[in-house]
Amino acid sequence: MNYLLTEEQKMIKELAHKIAEEKIRPVAAHYDKTEEYPWEIIKVLAEADLFGLFIPEEYGGLGTSVMNLCLATEELSRACGGIAVCYAASALGTFPIILYGNDAQKKKYLPDLAKGKKVAAFGLTEPEAGSDASAIKTTARKEGNYYVLNGTKHFITNGGEAEIYTIIAMTDKSKGARGASAFIVEKGMKGFSFGKKEDKLGIRASTTMELIFDNCKVPAENLLGKEGMGFIITMKTFDMSRPGVAAQALGIAQGALELAIRYARQRQQFGKPISSFQGIQWMLADMATEIEAARALVYAVARAIDAGEKDIGSASAMAKLFASDVAFRVCDNALQIHGGYGYMKDYPIEKYLRDAKITQIYEGTNQIQRNIIGLSMIKELVK
Amino acid sequence: MNIIVCIKQVPETTDVRINPETNTLIRDGVKSIINPFDMYAIEEAVRLKERFGGTVTVITMGPPQAESALREAISMGADEAILISDKAFAGGDTWATANTLSHAIQKIAKEKGSFDIILCGKQASDGDTAQVGPGIAAFLDLPQVTYVKKIEEIKNQKARVERMTEEGFDILETPLPCLFTVVKEINEPRLPSLKGMMRAKSAKIITWTAKDIGVDAQQVGLAGSRTTVVKIFHPPQRSGGQKLVGEPAEVVDKLVELLKSDIV
Ligand SMILES: Cc1cc2nc3c(=O)[nH]c(=O)nc-3n(C[C@H](O)[C@H](O)[C@@H](O)COP(=O)(O)OP(=O)(O)OC[C@H]3O[C@@H](n4cnc5c(N)ncnc54)[C@H](O)[C@@H]3O)c2cc1C
Ligand SMILES: Cc1cc2nc3c(=O)[nH]c(=O)nc-3n(C[C@H](O)[C@H](O)[C@H](O)COP(=O)(O)OP(=O)(O)OC[C@H]3O[C@@H](n4cnc5c(N)ncnc54)[C@H](O)[C@@H]3O)c2cc1C
Repeated sequence: MNYLLTEEQKMIKELAHKIAEEKIRPVAAHYDKTEEYPWEIIKVLAEADLFGLFIPEEYGGLGTSVMNLCLATEELSRACGGIAVCYAASALGTFPIILYGNDAQKKKYLPDLAKGKKVAAFGLTEPEAGSDASAIKTTARKEGNYYVLNGTKHFITNGGEAEIYTIIAMTDKSKGARGASAFIVEKGMKGFSFGKKEDKLGIRASTTMELIFDNCKVPAENLLGKEGMGFIITMKTFDMSRPGVAAQALGIAQGALELAIRYARQRQQFGKPISSFQGIQWMLADMATEIEAARALVYAVARAIDAGEKDIGSASAMAKLFASDVAFRVCDNALQIHGGYGYMKDYPIEKYLRDAKITQIYEGTNQIQRNIIGLSMIKELVK
Repeated sequence: MNIIVCIKQVPETTDVRINPETNTLIRDGVKSIINPFDMYAIEEAVRLKERFGGTVTVITMGPPQAESALREAISMGADEAILISDKAFAGGDTWATANTLSHAIQKIAKEKGSFDIILCGKQASDGDTAQVGPGIAAFLDLPQVTYVKKIEEIKNQKARVERMTEEGFDILETPLPCLFTVVKEINEPRLPSLKGMMRAKSAKIITWTAKDIGVDAQQVGLAGSRTTVVKIFHPPQRSGGQKLVGEPAEVVDKLVELLKSDIV
């Protein structure tokens, strides 16, 4: 399909493709096994300027473009969904600064993030506050020129490796959801440490970490926006980042489809390649069709965001919901086409299924995406 | 530090097909790439620029489509690129090619005032002679070190380098300006960057003809070549060989018999 990409977008795709094939695919199994953080690849992505894709030009990036970020994430995910999320999660941690940072905050943090010298992370989830983010217990108490943070975040992607964290904490519990605020916290700030590193089913190249705040003093100038804006910042950030998760899902699905086609052509049963069976061809056809539909939706939403469309919460949720459900189905069928071999770690396909699963869970489970979409339709009706 | 890199565009295959009628390479349907060894030369030039400052100028002698090789070099960090292209250059052997390139380098030197290092790949993956680099050095009367695997130090207009040998390596010192041909052990070529690709897309590629570089058209291309390719053929496939089986003592005896009768 021709998506009328600009010359620049074709370049982004070509370069990310090259990196995926030459640098990432050969090491994907290694990082999946060891759960090491792929700094070697992060450096390659940085040198290629890919971290600049989500950062404004005046702060050393190539201009914030959700579409460009999606194109890069999709291509990287074709080779490894885990490495791709290390990259995409840095965008997630950076968006709050881009959206709500003041000039001083942007000047201080964005140039290093644009160059990929540092990566970012986003910390919202807590052990007892997942889908219900308003239940977070981490507090930020103002003391003179500081906010003092106390509490524990968990399941934080890039945790421990990132230098810069956007953290959501309660500044005024009595105000409920309006009492949360967002802070930029740097690794190394006193009272900020790391706890458990999760041992995961998939995306094992990325770290998922517990963050512990024990009387962590964060300078008051690191407050993003105003006190009380924590959940607005979170929502606006997710609106912008969800197409990235969708693109990750899309890339994983595309990669799995390609493996399935190759395998089907080469595997012989009943004296011929299994790709000659109509039953297999129909599976492949459905996979390809669903992927193309997901791609069309993801690109459309990404472009709408870049064009400045305001009310994108529902569309963004649709892109994430649809693409991730497609990815899981496609990977399931791609493994099925591999038969028993597909179940073995000697073949790369089982990793795609494990990696695909997370896209239905994080940045809001797909149940929560449906809630967002449903609620927005009902709101529309009563307007 | 001003560096000149000579690169050649070659077909992307080690299995070069040749037209038996014309004795030339069949390029149809084969993707063109930068000669793999020249990627190391470009990378080393960019690294030298990063270490010492200066500029990297990439040149290639070839048909108009070789421009894409030059753009790729720019995307990796080269500053300028010159395509040396003229019908008169076609069919050149190593002598004619080296003559052409050395004239172009002299023109660059004149325009820029000077240069410090010329980098070439060890050899081209199609022609495979490994003679063009040394040929350029000879035409320009410059010191040269071939098979360089490391540029250790550059100081006081002198370079200390490691030259790969079969047993290990030599450490050599040479005054600048000089010419190095590089082996793949010297570095790992980087991938292009987005900013580099954007620069490459809009970069102006200068083209020089035989007249521009002031070379006698009779001394380049087929006309200027000192060698002629008379015939090209695939060597006959080696036939099967023979397997001797049995007890070691028996087999040795048989082998000695065979060696005596067949070979001696
Ligand atoms: C089958 C065949 C047989 C041949 N036999 C002979 C022969 O016997 N004698 C002979 O003299 N020629 C011969 N040639 C021609 C010769 O190989 C090339 O055409 C010649 O122009 C370059 O030599 P090379 O490709 O071996 O390059 P090499 O000398 O192997 O290349 C070394 C380096 O020189 C530089 N370089 C080479 N070519 C260029 C270029 N065009 N522009 C910029 N830099 C360049 C690059 O840095 C390269 O890495 C033959 C060609 C073919 C196809
Ligand atoms: C690998 C990984 C990386 C992560 N990275 C980050 C990160 O970088 N930053 C961050 O802040 N968080 C991160 N998370 C957290 C992630 O966003 C949460 O796990 C997710 O939002 C779900 O929360 P939970 O795990 O507490 O599940 P729960 O909220 O406990 O959900 C359990 C089940 O109940 C369903 N459910 C809950 N509420 C409803 C409802 N109202 N209607 C219908 N069904 C409902 C859910 O869909 C789910 O199926 C990450 C998680 C993982 C696993």
